[in-house]
Amino acid sequence: MRRKHLRILKRIFGLYLPLAAFLFFALFPFYWMLLSSFKSNPELYNLRAKRLWIKSPTLEQFQELFKKTAILHWLWNSFFVSFLTSFISMTLGVMAGYVLARLKFPGAQAFGLATFITYLVPTTLIFIPLASVVQSFGLSNSIWSLVVTYPTFLIPFCTWMLIAYFKSIPKNMEECAMIDGCSRIGAMVRIVLPMAIPGVVFSAMFSFTLSWNEFVYALTFISSTVHKTMSVAVPTELIRGDAYFWGELMAASLIGSVPVALLYSFFMDYFVSGLTTGALKG
Amino acid sequence: MASIAEAKPLPVRPRVNRFLKSEALTGYSLISPAVFLMLVLLAYPFALAVYISLTDRILGEPGKLIWFRNFIKLLQDSLFLQTVWNSFIYTTSTVLLKMILGIILALLLNQEIPCRNLVRGALLLPWIVPTSLSVLTWLWMFDSLFSVVNHILLGLGLITRKIPWLGDPFWAMVSVIIVNTWRGLPFFAISFLAGLMTIPRELYEAAETDGARGFRKFWHITLPLLQPVIAVVVLFSTIWTFADFQIVYILTHGGPINATQIFATMAYDVALVAGRIGEGSAISLFLFPALLFAIILMLRYLRRD
Repeated sequence: MRRKHLRILKRIFGLYLPLAAFLFFALFPFYWMLLSSFKSNPELYNLRAKRLWIKSPTLEQFQELFKKTAILHWLWNSFFVSFLTSFISMTLGVMAGYVLARLKFPGAQAFGLATFITYLVPTTLIFIPLASVVQSFGLSNSIWSLVVTYPTFLIPFCTWMLIAYFKSIPKNMEECAMIDGCSRIGAMVRIVLPMAIPGVVFSAMFSFTLSWNEFVYALTFISSTVHKTMSVAVPTELIRGDAYFWGELMAASLIGSVPVALLYSFFMDYFVSGLTTGALKG
Repeated sequence: MASIAEAKPLPVRPRVNRFLKSEALTGYSLISPAVFLMLVLLAYPFALAVYISLTDRILGEPGKLIWFRNFIKLLQDSLFLQTVWNSFIYTTSTVLLKMILGIILALLLNQEIPCRNLVRGALLLPWIVPTSLSVLTWLWMFDSLFSVVNHILLGLGLITRKIPWLGDPFWAMVSVIIVNTWRGLPFFAISFLAGLMTIPRELYEAAETDGARGFRKFWHITLPLLQPVIAVVVLFSTIWTFADFQIVYILTHGGPINATQIFATMAYDVALVAGRIGEGSAISLFLFPALLFAIILMLRYLRRD
């Protein structure tokens, strides 16, 4: 009997309490975001109210947001850029990843290495000259500047991920197909690609998330209100001078966070398996 | 004439044919779009960054070559030296925190817990959600007047006076460190968890029969086997944290009085706000030696395996 008690105590103090602390740390900001976006201004700024709860939920902040700001433009820009860039990077990543995982040709190893190195290059290292490159293409202050630049960090990521995935697929399947008369590309599209679906979905999804969240390039290349993406527009357009409209800011942050959170809750299983197999094999 | 023209290519053709059918052509053609894009939008800008950093370019004027004067000027600039120091503090403390907490969290998640997937998903959230938006929430949580963090800490009796989170040089650094840890911890924990799951159970069973218990099992089995994953994750995170921008930019803007200014935020301020593009590029390039060092370390590590 005592031993059983001891075991339960050990489980509570050794597992549940610390885990609860971690969960609180991770989730409290989201709770606060949610709470703040459904409060009316008088309740939001009332220090005597029960601050960790909400008395009269209201959609005021959201109404203000849609009425007064270009949030629909920002959402559309984010969707457009993220969708297009993850599609482009996915396609080029599948091609490059397959080649580097399977084919032997002079320079293949060097390209693999280059992929890895470019994967590590932070965007803040080159954002200043990239701004002038983008300008010389006539793309500054347009979302196309993001469409062309985001693949520079997405392709290395997708390629690196997919090399690991393709390598985990047995070679003899496609060799059989090639003996039966399939071309190399045919074997890749018909045999290997279907088997690599989890890796492909994971890379595409993660690319979408990375584009959706990107900040430095979007901040540097785009200045007009209507061309901004969510991640940049909310902190730059909704803070006017010294005035912080916290209700609106939190409502907008919530709207900007929900799409990726949803995307990722639908594909949760792909996500965890992708993270746990692909990311660390390199 | 005609007969010569027809006769000549013959010895070449088999070679061309072999090349056309070979893996090399397929290989080169399939990676060329990616390579082209990377050359134009990554390699070229990098070369341009090196060139610009050697000029005194300002916004709107091309500037002239001044060689290393930007770098020399920076190394004598007390603000820049403070930036170097801040970046160093910011990176080492967050990476260390994320590593220790990440190992603890991974060990917790590796046990049998109810609603395991839900818990894992919830813990990943800070890493998935757009950083700029979640950092805005932290900015609101650290607000000088309405700080809910102070509200909770005061309510629990952990502090007796409000902490000036973003208004004080010391606490501002603490704030950015907390937020960076909050954001990066999920990546560490999930990666470590993946590493933990590959450790065979038999090893622990064998150790138990030899009489090893809790901490010794962790020290002699878990940690050594987890070491490769730890090395990779720490290295990645070190580079990304060193080059971090958004958290500091949104939370403190480098302030108060430059107490949280780090490389990327200073480069942004100097190049794009003050318009001294040459000098700004030079600041960005200080990230490069760190990157290079990390890459060399990584390559050595990969080669050893």
